[in-house]
Amino acid sequence: MNSQAPEATPQHAPSVGQPYTRNDEASHDLSIRVRDLNLWYGKNQALTDINIDLFRKNVTALIGPSGCGKSTFLRCLNRMNDLIPSVRTEGLVEMDGQDVNAPKMDEVALRRRVGMVFQKPNPFPKSIFENVAYAPRMHDLVSRKADQDELVEKALRSAGLWNEVKDKLQEPGTSLSGGQQQRLCIARAIAVQPDVILMDEPTSALDPISTATIEDLMDKLKKDFTIITVTHNMQQAARVADYTAFFHLGEIIEYNDTKVMFSTPAKKKTEDYISGRYG
Amino acid sequence: MSDSFDQISQQLKRRHRKSARLKYISMGALGLAAAFLLIFFADMLSKGLPAFQQAQVNIEINYTEEAATNGRAAVDPEIMSVVSRSVVRVIPLEMRNNPELLGTTQNRWVLADGPVDQYLKGNRVRLDDEEKATIDQLVENGKVDMRFNTTFFTRGDSKMPELAGIMSAVMGTVMTMIVTLAIAFPIGVMTAVYLEEFAPDNRLTQLVEININNLAAIPSILFGLLGLAIFINFFGVPRSTPLVGGMTLALMTLPVIIISTRTALRSVPESIRHAAFGVGCSRWQVVKDHVLPLAMPGIMTGSIIGLAQAMGETAPLIIVGMVAFIPDISASFTEAATVMPAQVFTWSGEPDRAFVEKTAGGILVLLAVLISLNASAVLLRKKFERRW
Amino acid sequence: MQTNQLFLIFCSVLLLLGLAAFFAGRSKATRVRASGTSMYAQPDQYAWFAVVATAGPAILVSALGAFVMLVMGSEIPTFPLLLASLVVAVVGLGIGMVLIRSNFHARQAIERVIVWTLAGAATISILTTLGILISIIGEALNFFQMHSFWDFITGTTWAPGNSFLAAAGRGDGSGAQFGSVPLFAGTFMITAIAMCVAVPVGLLSAIYMGEYAPAKVRAVAKPMLEILAGIPTVVYGFFAAITVAPFIVDVADFVGLDASFNNALAPGIVMGIMIIPFISSLSDDVINAVPDTMRQGSLALGMTKGETIRDVVIPAALPGIISASLLGMSRALGETMIVVMAAGMRPNLTMNPLEEMTTVTVRIVAAMTGDLEFDSAETLSAFALGLVLFVVTLSLNLVSVIMIRRFRDKYRVNNL
Repeated sequence: MNSQAPEATPQHAPSVGQPYTRNDEASHDLSIRVRDLNLWYGKNQALTDINIDLFRKNVTALIGPSGCGKSTFLRCLNRMNDLIPSVRTEGLVEMDGQDVNAPKMDEVALRRRVGMVFQKPNPFPKSIFENVAYAPRMHDLVSRKADQDELVEKALRSAGLWNEVKDKLQEPGTSLSGGQQQRLCIARAIAVQPDVILMDEPTSALDPISTATIEDLMDKLKKDFTIITVTHNMQQAARVADYTAFFHLGEIIEYNDTKVMFSTPAKKKTEDYISGRYG
Repeated sequence: MSDSFDQISQQLKRRHRKSARLKYISMGALGLAAAFLLIFFADMLSKGLPAFQQAQVNIEINYTEEAATNGRAAVDPEIMSVVSRSVVRVIPLEMRNNPELLGTTQNRWVLADGPVDQYLKGNRVRLDDEEKATIDQLVENGKVDMRFNTTFFTRGDSKMPELAGIMSAVMGTVMTMIVTLAIAFPIGVMTAVYLEEFAPDNRLTQLVEININNLAAIPSILFGLLGLAIFINFFGVPRSTPLVGGMTLALMTLPVIIISTRTALRSVPESIRHAAFGVGCSRWQVVKDHVLPLAMPGIMTGSIIGLAQAMGETAPLIIVGMVAFIPDISASFTEAATVMPAQVFTWSGEPDRAFVEKTAGGILVLLAVLISLNASAVLLRKKFERRW
Repeated sequence: MQTNQLFLIFCSVLLLLGLAAFFAGRSKATRVRASGTSMYAQPDQYAWFAVVATAGPAILVSALGAFVMLVMGSEIPTFPLLLASLVVAVVGLGIGMVLIRSNFHARQAIERVIVWTLAGAATISILTTLGILISIIGEALNFFQMHSFWDFITGTTWAPGNSFLAAAGRGDGSGAQFGSVPLFAGTFMITAIAMCVAVPVGLLSAIYMGEYAPAKVRAVAKPMLEILAGIPTVVYGFFAAITVAPFIVDVADFVGLDASFNNALAPGIVMGIMIIPFISSLSDDVINAVPDTMRQGSLALGMTKGETIRDVVIPAALPGIISASLLGMSRALGETMIVVMAAGMRPNLTMNPLEEMTTVTVRIVAAMTGDLEFDSAETLSAFALGLVLFVVTLSLNLVSVIMIRRFRDKYRVNNL
């Protein structure tokens, strides 16, 4: 492994301020660039000087002890933090060269391109079909009924759910099992055809078998989407992520190629955390 | 590859407009509700406030021999048409009670006749121009004046609008509410304590619970039918009295008190009960010494709200005959009485236009009482609100 | 008067006996304790037990005796009854005193009495429902013996006019007709108008308060709606009759329509205003209970806020909203004062809300306030109408309870 910063983002290594290893197997197409991001809940600072480059079409895992700000950071990327009145942010979050927090940026348009899957599966109180078809229809992605059916099938297939639900598309989404519900939520997110999918501890409420299914799914989905996932499970990060960022007390301690991070962590704190000394 | 932000934003314009529309429509709905309330209060105030003013005339009363039998003789006949009949009617009685008055003359402000009052308030009255001119003249001389209407607050009902007051209804309300609270409060609290702290969780208990919820939603007029058929016809409770009215309203208030008491009991954390059990209290001692005192503010709040509801209720009282004409103020449980909302109802049916302002005035008094009751409940809740 | 004095004497004697029981019981218990024997309970508890043993049976006997005789319809011989009760009290006092021994659980005995008393209080609410049922059904049956049930349900003419002659022994009352269809038509018309006002305004207000309003607006709007809910119906009735109805007549005149001063629109609209807070407060609770993850799920898909509310929040809250509307409807059906004061007295089968119409509750009040014999057909018809009203509102309430329960189970909300 060489320790040279990728050329596409020459400024990122010094600003992150830490050794950075290029993952040769992953893409180096920049998707989201974050510079000096600070965030406060009222008077409490939750994120401090976050600098990170997130790359297209691979899986980036955010790990760290609970309360370290990794979920908060994730929600900055599609401005879900806007829903909390006390939150104030400063700094740059850039996607495709456009500032996400700029006044002229429409957060609805942003979320249309940055999908999200939540910790607890939250299917709508509608049928399985409607859960998937609803958003594309509202976004005018499909016009004809046939297109819609096709899109739903494609999304459900991508989410690995089609075979299980194809005979009961009209049943309520809540009738599925927890793991199926979560895959339904993933299908719902990919049906909108976003660039990025944020996953906020998507498997923490699931059993081990469902977790394995979702991990496989993430691996397949990264061919088409940029996936950023928060996890408290280090093994999961090691299994699915190309890059891993370690958060601690609202700061990024280390951001690196997953393999490097887990074999030779650069920072003492990272080493303590991944060897299970705290967290 | 999906669309760029600009393209998406372009498509979104229409949807944002629709979204904003829902916001403004729903804001408008709330505004409409506020407007209703505003119009309502403005209407009631404009109609009711004049009732607190009453035209009075300054007259000379000559306590002559003749006046001892015919009150009209005591007053200057010129001014007679302006003075309320009720004034002259009591002159003989006054003289009988105070014989020393004979031969004296007094200058006094007395009630003006109803139409005079209405004329001065700018309402349409059946007075001819000559009478109007007389009144105007008297006003100019300072003989007729608008004063604060104490009669309205100190007298009972009357067929003469200038003499009609709300006091007998207030008294009736007080007596009725005493009966209501005396029945509903203990029974309601006891029921709630039983259901919440003692009752086994069986079918019977569930039945009682469903029944209570249902009772809270039964039309009030049906309680009136119950009061008539059971209390009056079967038990022989005298009709039209605060006793039967209070009993009927008590049954109506019962579910309100039960439900709020149960909520208050439920909000006392289980740990308090465990702690009390831990030091060897029996179940009843736990409830009496620990749970009930902590739940008391909630129970009081619920009871005040229930009381306010009962105080505004009319329909069941009509059925048990509590819309009576009660000129005398009496504090009895077993004599015919009326209550404030029933008084409002009676006045609203009077053909004389002067009673419209009496009705609205009565409404203002009733609303003032109810709003202060509810406000005190809110304050009580705020003061004792506890987060466990 | 005689009875009152007797009763007073009875009460004071009972009070004296109770006091005697208290002190005697306590002194005996103290004595036993002083002699060195350990006892199960405190002296005061023994004292209270003695009081309960004295007064409880006596009050029970007098109340039961009075009730039984009332049921049998005979005159209550007050003096013997009260005397018997006093004898029972004395006997109770004696037994109580004998029972005060070291191995007697006075506290448990008292608490058993207390629990039974509490359970007794809980049956009052059941008795109330039974009382309503019995009183209404009993008199309604009397009515249906005079007039056929079928005519009552399907008849389109309500003309009780001649029934009082029949009750007075003149005429056979055959001129009286009790077809309740026009009354129910009027009731449903006014209820429908009320719901047309209350449901949109109430629901949209709830949406605004739950989804958009800043905390300050909520802090003002909630008490405002509570005031709306606290206004007595008689006041609404006056408002409808004196302000709204003339206004509607004026407006109708202006657009060239003919409206009655007792039109159905005025009470309908005012009743709608009255029901707004019921619907808005319950809907607000339900909307708040819809889990936030649901909203976030929709927003994260790039839905606008309006779309999220319309397509996700409202469908999720629908059972609760329907339940609130049903409750509001049941209230509108049974509402009395507004229609008594603002709607008409004349039964009228029409679809025109500007015409005079009457309702079930108006007829009940009319029948009850007239100077009629209690067993005249018109008076009894009030109970028949009341029975129908009871059945309809009961079913609405039950459906509403079931719906809200389903919602609660679905989202595990406990405070609904």
